[in-house]
Amino acid sequence: MITKMNHVSIFVLNQDSAYDFYVDKLGFKVHTDAPMGPGMRWLTVCPPDQPDLEISLMSIDEGMMFSKESAKQMRDLVSKGTFGFGVFQCNDLLATYQELKTKGVEFKKEPTKEFYGFEALFKDDSGNWFSLGEKEKK
Amino acid sequence: MTSENYPKIYLYRRVVQAKLFIDSNYANAIDLDNIANEAFFSKFHFIRLFKKIYNQTPHQYLTSVRIENAKLLLQTEISVADACFSVGFDSISSFTGLFKRITSTTPSVYQKLQLKRKEEIQAVPLKFIPNCFAENKGWTKNSNFQEVL
Repeated sequence: MITKMNHVSIFVLNQDSAYDFYVDKLGFKVHTDAPMGPGMRWLTVCPPDQPDLEISLMSIDEGMMFSKESAKQMRDLVSKGTFGFGVFQCNDLLATYQELKTKGVEFKKEPTKEFYGFEALFKDDSGNWFSLGEKEKK
Repeated sequence: MTSENYPKIYLYRRVVQAKLFIDSNYANAIDLDNIANEAFFSKFHFIRLFKKIYNQTPHQYLTSVRIENAKLLLQTEISVADACFSVGFDSISSFTGLFKRITSTTPSVYQKLQLKRKEEIQAVPLKFIPNCFAENKGWTKNSNFQEVL
């Protein structure tokens, strides 16, 4: 039976820029950074408290997965902010928001108390957006 | 209600600035009393709010940042002594003790494992990539991977 997820993908426009965003700005750890030939790279990062969850920062290239046309369509969709790839959690949303803003992360929504919790929304360097919530304090 | 409406947001900003200062200056001798003063806090209140936000005291956080950066350096051929002094420790024995307490391994064992892993990634990268991804990317077409490089 399935016990957990260990890989998830985020499509990015540029892996070098995504590395800078996820590692240097968000503070994620590099799990695997493997060159696979000219212009090809397997790059996975993980949130600090989840060393076993590999987030693959996937480039959008014409090849097996995308035709030339669908790669262009996908890049357009990503850059328009079509995709919200997930929800992240932090210990303190106000502090995390202040830190990420200082580092130049763009927020779609400031920390706001909603009926379902305390939440902010931010975008990565490609345009993908994520919800950021606060771990419930007991 | 946006973040600007929260009371004491200015206190959060100061603690975050202190944390970012530690992130940038961990390799130097940092006076945490000085950091509290820079944040216009009493030392007691500074430590209390820092711990509430980051689950660690400023000193614990500084140590963890130094160890994390030491781990990055130890993924290269640098000597353990050089890694120790580069991240701001002034004693190899206390660095080794703290490193082992935090990572459950000594710096030299950690380095050996990391260098071995790096060699494997260079030699057999497909071992680290789920086959479904490798196939979708067309990286499994060649039986001898060296031909791709």
